[in-house]
Amino acid sequence: MAEIRTAPLVVEFPFTRSLGPVQSAFLTGLRERTVLGVRAGDGRVIVPPAEYDPVTAEEIRDLVEVGSAGTVTTWAWNPAPRRGQPLATPFAWVLVRLDGADTALLHALDVPGPESVHTGLRVRIRWAAERTGAITDIACFTPYDGPGSGAEPAAHSGEFADPVTGITTPARLDYTYAPGRAQSRYLRALAGRKTIGERCPSCRKVYVPPRGACPTCGIATDTQVEVGPRGTVTTYCIVNIKARNLDIEVPYVYAHIALDGAGLALHARIGGISYDEVRMGLRVEPVWTGDGTFPDHYRPTGEPDAPYDSYKELI
Amino acid sequence: MREVAIVAFGQSDHVRDSAQTSEVEMLMPVLHDVLRRTGLRTRDIGFTCSGSSDYLAGRAFSFTMALDGVGAWPPISESHVETDGAWALYEAWVKLLTGEADTALVYAYGKSSPGDLREVLTRQLDPYYLAPLWPDSVALAALQAQALIDAGRTDEAELAAIADRDRTAAAAHPHAQRRGPRPAGEYVVAPLRTGDCPPIGDGAAAVILAAGDTARRLAAAQGRRPAWIRGLDHRIEAHSLGVRDLTDSPSTRLAAERAGVFRRPVDTAELHAPFTSQEVVLRDALALDDTVRINPSGGAQAANPVMATGLIRLGEAADRIQRGDSDRALAHATSGPCLQQNLVAVLEGEA
Ligand SMILES: [Zn+2]
Repeated sequence: MAEIRTAPLVVEFPFTRSLGPVQSAFLTGLRERTVLGVRAGDGRVIVPPAEYDPVTAEEIRDLVEVGSAGTVTTWAWNPAPRRGQPLATPFAWVLVRLDGADTALLHALDVPGPESVHTGLRVRIRWAAERTGAITDIACFTPYDGPGSGAEPAAHSGEFADPVTGITTPARLDYTYAPGRAQSRYLRALAGRKTIGERCPSCRKVYVPPRGACPTCGIATDTQVEVGPRGTVTTYCIVNIKARNLDIEVPYVYAHIALDGAGLALHARIGGISYDEVRMGLRVEPVWTGDGTFPDHYRPTGEPDAPYDSYKELI
Repeated sequence: MREVAIVAFGQSDHVRDSAQTSEVEMLMPVLHDVLRRTGLRTRDIGFTCSGSSDYLAGRAFSFTMALDGVGAWPPISESHVETDGAWALYEAWVKLLTGEADTALVYAYGKSSPGDLREVLTRQLDPYYLAPLWPDSVALAALQAQALIDAGRTDEAELAAIADRDRTAAAAHPHAQRRGPRPAGEYVVAPLRTGDCPPIGDGAAAVILAAGDTARRLAAAQGRRPAWIRGLDHRIEAHSLGVRDLTDSPSTRLAAERAGVFRRPVDTAELHAPFTSQEVVLRDALALDDTVRINPSGGAQAANPVMATGLIRLGEAADRIQRGDSDRALAHATSGPCLQQNLVAVLEGEA
């Protein structure tokens, strides 16, 4: 088995969401150390509150204030906290029914070990020191030996100064990308300054870069074919906006290039010629720089332009 | 109403890490397997539908790469669901019922190996109240398991027995990732131990659906009978975990009612319970007693290629019917945390 190519791949983004009126009131309330629920059509108080009734799907808007203490309805001991979770030391995940609520809220309970937690345990909120209007304004729950009030929760307007209208949740997932057999062969060859395509055994088309399958025949491409290095510009565009983290002066040309022997065009930047002189049919060749593992760009070969009929099927 | 059947099922070997192959390279042999069995070529297929998730691959529109494997150019009639392939099968079933197609290819694949599955699955949760806390898939299932234990509905010994039964069944399964019993192991998130959790791995599955006489012909060509879909329905629980009774699955019960499960006893049930404790919930919701053979394939404990595991339950149940080992089987698929969404099918052999 040939060496498996892998590369780290990080997907990281701020997950930005706007809030509906009920969510906005709830999260703004947390910032002010006030927990709000919403009354559903069947009279239940839902905490954390939903914008729509879980049974009837009607809009629900009647807010009430519930307690900051409550009762554990189920729990799970987490011996090895993971990135992003509320506590860095072992803790219990808990569903907590806050006093006055009829449903439960998920969070973490800070206790020394599993022997310190059981369903029915009384707990209360430990507020985060810095609160922004997010579920993480609740740092966690801690055990609490006070009784529940049993009182009906009072109505609340949901109005606060400077309400929170959106949340931004950073999200990051780490992957190890493995491109598979065909693309690994392609990348290995490219590192040796060769471009290989793969031929479909049925329709004979040569795919560059190869992805392992012929999308017309639905079968594996199985023969490696060296293509290029020269090729023909089949179409192109002029890039006028500088991309972040890309140290290339604009305007420049990005083109589809049909390498000689390839059954479809790949794309690459064209250099060594003014952007306004690039044309369909231009003959180009790859330019390798330093120890680069792929061509930096393609430049004109100086050959006469390829006739349109020679590449029209590859546009 | 048109009769629709599963006429072929195939799956890959399920492995912990398939770094040698891309998704389409993993998938193609499975597609070719079901096509070969039925004698169909890709261009004979009336409708193609797939299930997978970009979050597993970490790449947007990753499913389009897999489409190369079905010969999607020039364009074919095709659709994709960003969930388990069992729901792709549902879409294909509806398509065949409308009469717009006579055959359908349904496939699903999942590679969990590139990422950290427990983290990846947090991104399917409510973005306001849950996702910022990064509660992983095992933690949420453990909350459900503890609720069942507190309610006196199960205990750790019973959960271990469920895992044991599934993995014993998987011992002879040629594609299983985990074969044969293994120790219950340490707690991952208590009360769930390593033995209660499914293996994490990569794999793919495909089925071919056909309607009426086409189904009879394609099955007969293999010397088998069609596995007729007598009913198929899917339902969802309330959005918030804290609103739900985690010890029950009303959505499964309702889907089963609509699919006609309770009209006559089934002899076999393929249940998609990623965690052993979830089988306890499903058995009660589906009113399965000791006369029903549960998970002869080994279930999700044998292999859990996320996004394909549910489709595999339908395929395994159909395969038993096709070869005459079952006459009426139930297949179940789930998606989301703590059995959030549930699909139930009733499959029968020719009467
Ligand atoms: Zn071909």
